[in-house]
Amino acid sequence: MQSYLAFVRKEFYHILRDTRTLVILFGMPIAQVLIFGYAVTNEFRDAPVAVIDNARDELSRELVHELVSSGYFKLVDQPATADELDALFRAGEVKLGVFIPPDFESDFFRRKQTTLQFLADGSDPNYATTLLNYGSQIVGNFQQRHAGGPENYQVGVEMQLMYNPELISAYNFIPGVVAIILLLISAMMTSLTIAKEKEMGTMDLLLVSPLSPLTIILGKVTPYVLLSMSNALLILLLGYFVFDVPVLGSFWLLTGFCLLYVLTALSLGILISTKASSQQAAMMGSLFSLLMPSMLLSGFIFPITSMPWMLQKVSGVIPATYFIELLKGVMLKGLGMQYLWFPTLVLATMTVVLLSLSWFNFKIRTK
Amino acid sequence: MNVITATNLTKTFGNFTAVDAISFAVKRGEVFGFLGANGAGKTTAIKMLIGLSKPSGGSTTVAGFDLTTQSEKIKERIGYMSQKFSLYEDLSVRQNINFYGGVYGLSRKTIRSQTARILDEVELQANANDKVGSLPLGWKQRLSFAVASVHDPDIVFLDEPTGGVDPATRRQFWEMIYAAAAGGRTIFVTTHYMDEAEYCDRISIMVAGKIAALGTPGELKQQYQANSMGEVFLRLVR
Amino acid sequence: MRRLLYIVQKEFIQILGNKAMLPLMTVLPIIQLILLSFAADNEVKNVNISITDLDHSQLSRQLIGQITASERFTLIGAPPATRLADEDLLAGTADIVLNIPPAFEQNFLKGWPVKLQLLVNAINGQAATVGAGYLNAIIRDFNQDIRLEVPPGRQFKAPQIAISAANWYNPELNYKHFMVPGILGELVIILVILLSAMNTVREREIGTIEQINVTPIRSWQFILGKMIPFVFIGMLLLTVGLTTGKLIFDVPMVGNLGVVFLYCLLNLVAVLGIGLFISNLVDTQQQAMLVAFFFVMVFILMSGLFTPIESMPEWAQMLTIPNPIAHFVAVMRKVLLKGSGLADVAWNFRITAILALVFNGLAVLSYRKVR
Repeated sequence: MQSYLAFVRKEFYHILRDTRTLVILFGMPIAQVLIFGYAVTNEFRDAPVAVIDNARDELSRELVHELVSSGYFKLVDQPATADELDALFRAGEVKLGVFIPPDFESDFFRRKQTTLQFLADGSDPNYATTLLNYGSQIVGNFQQRHAGGPENYQVGVEMQLMYNPELISAYNFIPGVVAIILLLISAMMTSLTIAKEKEMGTMDLLLVSPLSPLTIILGKVTPYVLLSMSNALLILLLGYFVFDVPVLGSFWLLTGFCLLYVLTALSLGILISTKASSQQAAMMGSLFSLLMPSMLLSGFIFPITSMPWMLQKVSGVIPATYFIELLKGVMLKGLGMQYLWFPTLVLATMTVVLLSLSWFNFKIRTK
Repeated sequence: MNVITATNLTKTFGNFTAVDAISFAVKRGEVFGFLGANGAGKTTAIKMLIGLSKPSGGSTTVAGFDLTTQSEKIKERIGYMSQKFSLYEDLSVRQNINFYGGVYGLSRKTIRSQTARILDEVELQANANDKVGSLPLGWKQRLSFAVASVHDPDIVFLDEPTGGVDPATRRQFWEMIYAAAAGGRTIFVTTHYMDEAEYCDRISIMVAGKIAALGTPGELKQQYQANSMGEVFLRLVR
Repeated sequence: MRRLLYIVQKEFIQILGNKAMLPLMTVLPIIQLILLSFAADNEVKNVNISITDLDHSQLSRQLIGQITASERFTLIGAPPATRLADEDLLAGTADIVLNIPPAFEQNFLKGWPVKLQLLVNAINGQAATVGAGYLNAIIRDFNQDIRLEVPPGRQFKAPQIAISAANWYNPELNYKHFMVPGILGELVIILVILLSAMNTVREREIGTIEQINVTPIRSWQFILGKMIPFVFIGMLLLTVGLTTGKLIFDVPMVGNLGVVFLYCLLNLVAVLGIGLFISNLVDTQQQAMLVAFFFVMVFILMSGLFTPIESMPEWAQMLTIPNPIAHFVAVMRKVLLKGSGLADVAWNFRITAILALVFNGLAVLSYRKVR
């Protein structure tokens, strides 16, 4: 115990002396949270639009005004022909073209039927779909206002957005950022420190010392556990105070889940470092086998249910998938263990398996 | 004919003077020993002489060029072997020689003949295509020395070249040094081993940033009435 | 000039000789490209729905039938009480809960207003809106169908504006065609930036840099010599990646591939400048990795790869100007999908050229042989 504490202290000094790394370790989550919160949104506004108005009557002008004043669209050009529109698309200046037919107003009021043409830059399919949806919605409202009353014999819909009524994107990404940062510090940094000792040849020095291998590994990972936990707290506080992301459930349960996940990540880091011979190999290994999949397949950025069957299976073996589920459950839905026992069990099992695997590997190396 | 002339060579870091206006001269073909306790300033001095660190004062010429203004010219004419092994361990013996030959701007033909000569000199013909990292330490050191002279420099600087190798290999190493000096090459060597100091033609001993003693081993022993260089060193350092 | 060649040769031998790194640089990115392109699909394909029908009428059954007939909805349960349906939402098994009120059919036939209740898990706002959008579309169709059964005399007919929509360049809205070029650009840059950031600092950590510094080699020769092999790796990866994209995803390549390669070359030079600059500034490989990873992360998130740049606030849009990944992604998509020519991407070329000059200048200046 004495020697363990001494070792931890030594490792801590190493980390604390390296101010640059510390700045990055704490600056990274802050930057990530701010970028996700302010810059990377799917909230939709000011999409560049070109209008080809062939009617030029009162109603058409009113429609264009309605599109622009919604805040979703920004009128950037009024080309004369489809060819000109094509050029605008190719230069990337316009994402949607609206054709208003001649006699728009008279057709609407006399024949009670007229057709608008929406041309979207479909190279980005989601953006195109969103543009068309918002456009149709605005046109729908416009039509109802000018039509003189709603139609009868209609089934209406009353929609309630649960857990995130204002559709704040921070609700979705704060748990994801926690998962990624904890993985980065616990798995990637640990695997790099251990790989560094191997590269420098100092690992052998430690192994012949009277410290037991278990003490060495524990001593190396303890500072990272503390770093990870303080980082997790920082992100949660940022989420709470800057973006109003709540913690509805038990705080201690949340802490417990974070610790469990940090353990899982650490055992992954140790496993990688027992395999990797150099820092470069450890870095590439953890980057491509841990961080990228965790970012993309955990449900953090892309919905799991929409992935092909194979990738859903892969997603099922990624610890971050379960951790994010736990975080969202406790923070946003206020759930307790009776709903969350399954992901907890999966994470715990993974940790046990990974720890024994890396312990086994480490043993082989020391023999 | 002097190949190094240092006059009041100085290096300061803020308020701290690491090298305090030292002056000395090294002759062509000489084996010049550079001794000093840790922190006496000898590493700083050698770093300045090979152009890795800018002098703060004094006027010094190395291989006929001015140290402050022509340090890149000097680099063409000197070789350096650092105390930390610094050939590429993931390249083979032949690839390392080839690379440094190329970096020094040697012609393809010269590189080929130098490769043959070096392999012969360090007796590595059979291992020419092995990765340098797989060689025993003694061979690595001798190879480093040979590579440091691949471009036929006027002076070779050796920074504690024999650290950690066995006595037999050290002996071989010094034979290489003598052979190079006999061919007219100047050797500037720092060492910790006092018996090695005896092998040098002349020795300077640095204490606290200054040169405390300079002369042949015989002269120094006489001056300090000592039986060995070890005793001379201890008297100066105390 | 010949010195440069020797440095390039040495770097190549080191890269090719490293049996552990080689597959990491070649095979892994391509596997990533394939996997990511399948995963990075923002299209909401499947929505799990739980429906509580308190009416049990012909009309409610017809509505449920229309919902379950859609490929996009999977009915995961039909609990008899609304309270039980809420449980599905809490446990996360359902994305949407639909409650059909009692007397649904009766009130409809009388011409009274009827309302369905929709509870949507909105934690992921985008998926929620899209999912609810699908359901609303089905309910709209349902409305049109059932109106046909109402006698025309009792109907009030309003004037209509119909919308005919078309999607150019990608009429089938194939999301992979959109993502593959972007992801490929991103992968090429990540790989190159990380490798180059760890490069010179590695030589410093091992100590070989000192031996280089006592040679008459020039800073620019050293930097350029390190850069050329990475440019080769990057271009090779682009070629293999484009081939993969064509063979596996049938990505359209409408524009001139020469423009893509030319731009990639320029972009690699700029990005390598960043990597080598980082490498010169830091002390250890670990720091290099962290700094590089930090920048890569910011670059990716703000590149428009996953979320459109047009949706960002004005200040964030300005920040994408010095972001090489944003330009790479934009050029790949414009040229490959829309057939944009050199003139259409001239702006990207100009900015990237400036970035290349600035960062390589910094890289050469920050590499000091003399301390």
